[in-house]
Amino acid sequence: MSRSGILHFLSFFIYLIVQVVLMKHLVLFNTAFCFIYIAFILFLPIETNTLLLMVLGFILGFLVDIFYDSLGIHASALVLIGFLRNIWLSRITPQGGYDSGEDPTLAANGVQWFIVYTLPIIFIHHFTLFFIEAGGFGLLSYTFSKVFFSTIFTFLILLLLQYLQSGQRRI
Amino acid sequence: MERLFYFFYQYRAFFTFLALELFAAWLIVENNQYQSTKFFNSSNRIAANIISTTHGIKEYFALRSINAELAEENAELRTKLEQRNQSLYNLEVRENKDPGIINRFEFMSAKVINNSVERFKNFITIDKGALDGIEPGMAVISSSGAIGKVKSVSDHYAVLISLLNTDEFTSSVIKRTNHFGSLNWDGKDPLFSQLNFIPRHANPAVGDTVVTSGFNAVFPSGILLGTIEEVSLGPEAQFYDIQVRLAQDFIRLAFVEVVKSNLLNEIDSLESLTIGVPK
Repeated sequence: MSRSGILHFLSFFIYLIVQVVLMKHLVLFNTAFCFIYIAFILFLPIETNTLLLMVLGFILGFLVDIFYDSLGIHASALVLIGFLRNIWLSRITPQGGYDSGEDPTLAANGVQWFIVYTLPIIFIHHFTLFFIEAGGFGLLSYTFSKVFFSTIFTFLILLLLQYLQSGQRRI
Repeated sequence: MERLFYFFYQYRAFFTFLALELFAAWLIVENNQYQSTKFFNSSNRIAANIISTTHGIKEYFALRSINAELAEENAELRTKLEQRNQSLYNLEVRENKDPGIINRFEFMSAKVINNSVERFKNFITIDKGALDGIEPGMAVISSSGAIGKVKSVSDHYAVLISLLNTDEFTSSVIKRTNHFGSLNWDGKDPLFSQLNFIPRHANPAVGDTVVTSGFNAVFPSGILLGTIEEVSLGPEAQFYDIQVRLAQDFIRLAFVEVVKSNLLNEIDSLESLTIGVPK
């Protein structure tokens, strides 16, 4: 396994632990949730196989579900993200394409590209998650506000982490 | 045949996606079914240990207020006991000597190690399990009011389905008028729940107390649920829309008591003999 492979392997557990120990209790104003674990699927190398993404997504989602007592909900949302990620990545290929073995990160492709890449995916993930949890479209406006604010919250945390990581690499 | 395989192979990503999503959907549906002893929830040992350690750190900072609450409850109970003794002494009521009735409910104290109020389906994890005699279906109360029911148990931990869960219906009664309804949370504000099925001719008022009815034999009767905060009645509606301010502040939940109903089997078997097995 290469160096970045080991790092990704470790990050699987780090994201899981951070999510269930820290982020689970960090809910702003009863509406803004942070689901940081989707960063694991988002920032795997660009060439990662869709099959692998979905299987890893399922396992990670399933483990998160155990802690949230919501068996299947996080898993299904994350499998969806695993399926959509590569399709979306190929749609928004910047001019000149991606370098081989590159991670889809802020440092590699810039802020503008990063926003276009992560924001819709985070939104789809949160949308699926909250509407499955609500069990339908009964509480439409309330659920939508949860989706909206959580998307912003998760996005800001991811952005922050990206800046921290790219800062480290320069040294 | 070969072309069929080729077709599947070509769209393997999509078919894997479909299979995984179907599996997840099956898990969701399966997990929604009430009361079970399952391994994959926060009562399993590894998950519960992690949660319990985190909670230990958090709890340390809340010790002072928990202590004060417990002391307050102690004093309240002592007062109640004394009042009861005095009234019995004065009235000379006939003593109830049937041990089955006297010991109808047993209470086991347990510590809350995991709790949430922000989601639509909230669950609570406590640190007592099957080895302490806890079974799925038991009621859970606290010093201030009802909490929920036990959903699943492992050896040392149990997961409760909280009153703040949109799937949970609690048989309840307005104490003043004796009208029965069903308390069900709408998923919004963790301080309020909604009382349904109170008919038009009832006359609920703001400030009325809502308690458990004791009809389902899970909760003892008369456990406080909350007080009515807001009453409204649509022009064509059959039932009132009632907002109930919950007696228990679920945001600050430290200790709970699991209620073991010793006569539950007797009531159930008697009812199923007469009415038939409930569906």
